[in-house]
Amino acid sequence: MSRAAAVTGVVLALAVPALVHSDFWVGFCITVLLSTLMASAWNVLGGFGGQFSFGHAAFFGTGAYTAAVLHVALGVNAWLAFAAAGIAAGAVGVVIGYLSFRYGLRGSYFALVTLAFAEVLRIAVGSVDFAGGGVGLYLPLQVGIANMQFASKAGYYYVALALGAGAIAVAWRLERSRLGAWLVAIRENEDAARALGVDTLRCKLQAITISGAMTGLGGAFYANYYLYLDPGLAFGPGVSVEVLLAPIVGGIGTIWGPFIGAAALQLAGEMARRILGDAPGLSLVFYGALLVLTVKFLPDGLIGLGRRMLQPRAAHA
Amino acid sequence: MTSKTPHTSRRTILKTAAAGAALGTLGAPAILRAQAAPIKIGVLHPVTGPLSYSGTQSRAGALMAIEELNAAGGIKSLGGAKLEPLLADAQSKPDVGAAEVDKLNEAGVAAIVGPYASAIAIATTAAAARYNLPHVVDVGTVDTVVTRGLTNTFRFSPGVTKIVQFGLESLSKINDNAGKPVKTVFIVHEESAFGTNTAKVLNEELPKLGFEVVETVKHANPTRDFSNIVLRIQAKKPDLIIPANYYDEYVLFTRALRQQRVQTKGIYSILGGGASSYKFVKEFPDAANYVMDCNHWFDPRKAAAIALKEKTEKKGLFFSYEVFLNYNAVMYLADALERAKSTAHDALNASLASSTWDKHILPYGPTKFVNGQNTGAQPAITQVLDKDIKVIYPLAFSSGNAVFPMPTRKT
Amino acid sequence: MLDPIILIPAAINGLTMGAVYALVALGLTLIYGVLHIINFAHGSLLMVALYAAFFLYRLLGIDPYLAIVVLVPVFFAAGYALQRSVIGTSGQGRDQNVLLITLGVSIVLENAALYFFSADTKTIDTSYSLEVVDLGVALVPLPRLIGFVAALVLAAVLWALIARTDLGRAIRAVAKEPHGATHVGVDVNHVFAMSFGIGTACLGAAACLLLPMFYVSPHVGNVFVLIAFTVVVLGGMGSFVGALIGGLLIGLTESLGGLLFGEAAGQLGIFLIFIAVLLFRPTGLFGSRLA
Repeated sequence: MSRAAAVTGVVLALAVPALVHSDFWVGFCITVLLSTLMASAWNVLGGFGGQFSFGHAAFFGTGAYTAAVLHVALGVNAWLAFAAAGIAAGAVGVVIGYLSFRYGLRGSYFALVTLAFAEVLRIAVGSVDFAGGGVGLYLPLQVGIANMQFASKAGYYYVALALGAGAIAVAWRLERSRLGAWLVAIRENEDAARALGVDTLRCKLQAITISGAMTGLGGAFYANYYLYLDPGLAFGPGVSVEVLLAPIVGGIGTIWGPFIGAAALQLAGEMARRILGDAPGLSLVFYGALLVLTVKFLPDGLIGLGRRMLQPRAAHA
Repeated sequence: MTSKTPHTSRRTILKTAAAGAALGTLGAPAILRAQAAPIKIGVLHPVTGPLSYSGTQSRAGALMAIEELNAAGGIKSLGGAKLEPLLADAQSKPDVGAAEVDKLNEAGVAAIVGPYASAIAIATTAAAARYNLPHVVDVGTVDTVVTRGLTNTFRFSPGVTKIVQFGLESLSKINDNAGKPVKTVFIVHEESAFGTNTAKVLNEELPKLGFEVVETVKHANPTRDFSNIVLRIQAKKPDLIIPANYYDEYVLFTRALRQQRVQTKGIYSILGGGASSYKFVKEFPDAANYVMDCNHWFDPRKAAAIALKEKTEKKGLFFSYEVFLNYNAVMYLADALERAKSTAHDALNASLASSTWDKHILPYGPTKFVNGQNTGAQPAITQVLDKDIKVIYPLAFSSGNAVFPMPTRKT
Repeated sequence: MLDPIILIPAAINGLTMGAVYALVALGLTLIYGVLHIINFAHGSLLMVALYAAFFLYRLLGIDPYLAIVVLVPVFFAAGYALQRSVIGTSGQGRDQNVLLITLGVSIVLENAALYFFSADTKTIDTSYSLEVVDLGVALVPLPRLIGFVAALVLAAVLWALIARTDLGRAIRAVAKEPHGATHVGVDVNHVFAMSFGIGTACLGAAACLLLPMFYVSPHVGNVFVLIAFTVVVLGGMGSFVGALIGGLLIGLTESLGGLLFGEAAGQLGIFLIFIAVLLFRPTGLFGSRLA
């Protein structure tokens, strides 16, 4: 990417709240950035590492509840709670990862076990009273930077921007690192990788920890932005599905894929709502159909499409 | 039988409005030459997702009110301005609801009506508060909706604490009147906010009234099978069962009770999912008979209420609380607009807060708003009798005494 | 304290409910065993089948148990077509793509149902819906008893189909070794589609058996889908006997666990079993052979 393009991009990104006068569209950007963070997180484990998790809600929920409970019930500073959320989610990642990988779960089995872990957490947290139980947890409205609650959307936007950019940076760094290379090797052929001396368990554990921690931060942000959590919202399959859709649609295993996928899916959802909004269900029918068509015709995601279009046509017989 | 959601497009509304305006000006002095600009109202409900039934019912109620208002000449103090509904779908998710509030605000709505669910309401009222945008909460019974000090949030209908209090007071009275046959109570509630909240308050208050809670069982949403909960009920043999859940689970639960031939002195639900529901009475008359409920209800003595009920049923919809509470919320808003003579946020918020509007179709006391809650709001105790739903309390609206305890069923 | 005598009816409840889970899981286990795909659309397809059974009853007066005769072939055809034209051709062979496709299909189905049939829950009230059979130790609702017997019958039928017919042999071959099967002249795509069709046909039957004791709404699929996955994993992917036994076991666990430790614990127990099986015996109780 050329220098000039990069700088322009950064400047534009920073200027969004000033340039975009619609609270709705700034909110939209925040949602895209939050989505990018979690999509990138999933991508670390699923895209680079090839381990498809269907239960990332476990990390999201852990992060969200940790941040909320620490701040609300124990009065911990919101930013410290935010950091703690990432650590807690990372820890959950270690536990789930260790159990799953140690027992050699791969492919669909791994996907299913992550799904089960998310459900276990959902039911467990729903039964615990100090976390609000079934009623859910309301974060009191206390606007102030110290409470990670901002008067205008701009504050949230910059936090989200930092998180989104950080996520892309992690992916960028990962691609160039040895861990990244090992993960790709594991993805392509785990047994061969192990035969070549790669410590597959350790690599996968590192990947799931990073992935979990990043997703947990996303959960913490969600808690402070929307100010309400319940076990279904935090640990439900909806989150797990959203988190994996974006990287797959955008381009799995790439750095920008999660961002492009997140933006595309949010835009598609919004367009569907605007065009078909009045009739219950139609906009989501459109969304589902779009998903099927994208996968059918764009298996490498949007980035794959971009690459194919930009490359000169290969000569075919 | 399929129920069709009313697909009222903007065109239809404007057409009806135009026709209505033509009729409406026959008696009114023609003050303005030009038609006043329509007032946009955000109608925000969870029309898709797990809450879609309630969302679509809510939307139907709101749209019927807007139609009627426009047909009657719109907001007269603003030159006969018609109400223009901007429909929004919260997709049963608080974050989507909040985003839709931003969108509606930018589209220039004067106020928002909705969003049915408490969890979504917390998010949407907070989002609206940032613009000081008036937000009338249609149902959203959880107390937190009106206890955060937001000056833009108004709820005409009662909250959980009031509903439970009223329900328990009435239960005491009914029990006393019948010679106190009920001593032991078994509570069955769903796992999320409303069920857990209700069960908690019940557990605190019932002992104070001299009842003994023998067991409280929480069940998941959704629950596939109630046989075991019924077994526990049979083991404890309570005098009274108090369910607090949603429709689907209520159906399975009451069916299971019938199948296992459970005999109790009564089933008294607080915000029961199927209890004061015409749908339930129609589809399961046998299981519904004698069931009592403390829930939102309408004033059966008001002709306007009966008229609305007929109109709703003609559309192929059941006359459920979502319908009349939303109808009412819009009417309350319209009255506030009339008195405010303005669509400015401050003026409208002040008007909503000072409202003493009494032309509603609900069995409430005098309208008075304190911190966004209408203190006159109260639920009603209903009982299913003769395949119909009768009001037992408040006495002023009652059509008779409760049949209590429930007669023993012949097996 | 809980009277131990209550355990017997609880166990019977668990078994009859478990039979329902088995009914839903039988089709899923076949699809997984042969095509190796996690069919996310399974719940939505069940929902569509329930609506079909509902309308056959409401509009044409066909009793759900009789409707089985209609729905099984219809859903077989639908499943065959779905696999052949949508799922099979879109995957380019990659697991993740097929997952997304089935997910997309489920979103489309669920919301189309919402649009066409609206959101309200629909139930049927047949003459026998509330009838109970007195077993002495427990009262079992008639539809549940019928469901229990039907699960046994269906499992047996499927077993016979796979073990004793030519089609079954082809299915087993493709499940074990798709490439090799091509070499001996088996039309793999056709077999895949047949398997998916049979799996969906099972849903048609399951729906007819479920409707008298349950309800239908656009979201009803979600009520059963995770449990069905658990049953499949527990029983062994591809094993009908496994799905049957797995279903019964899960039903028992849910019932007894819920009774003894609380409803939440019952639900938790199911997922903990799920995890335990995946970790310690991923091939399930009966292995992942098509048996």
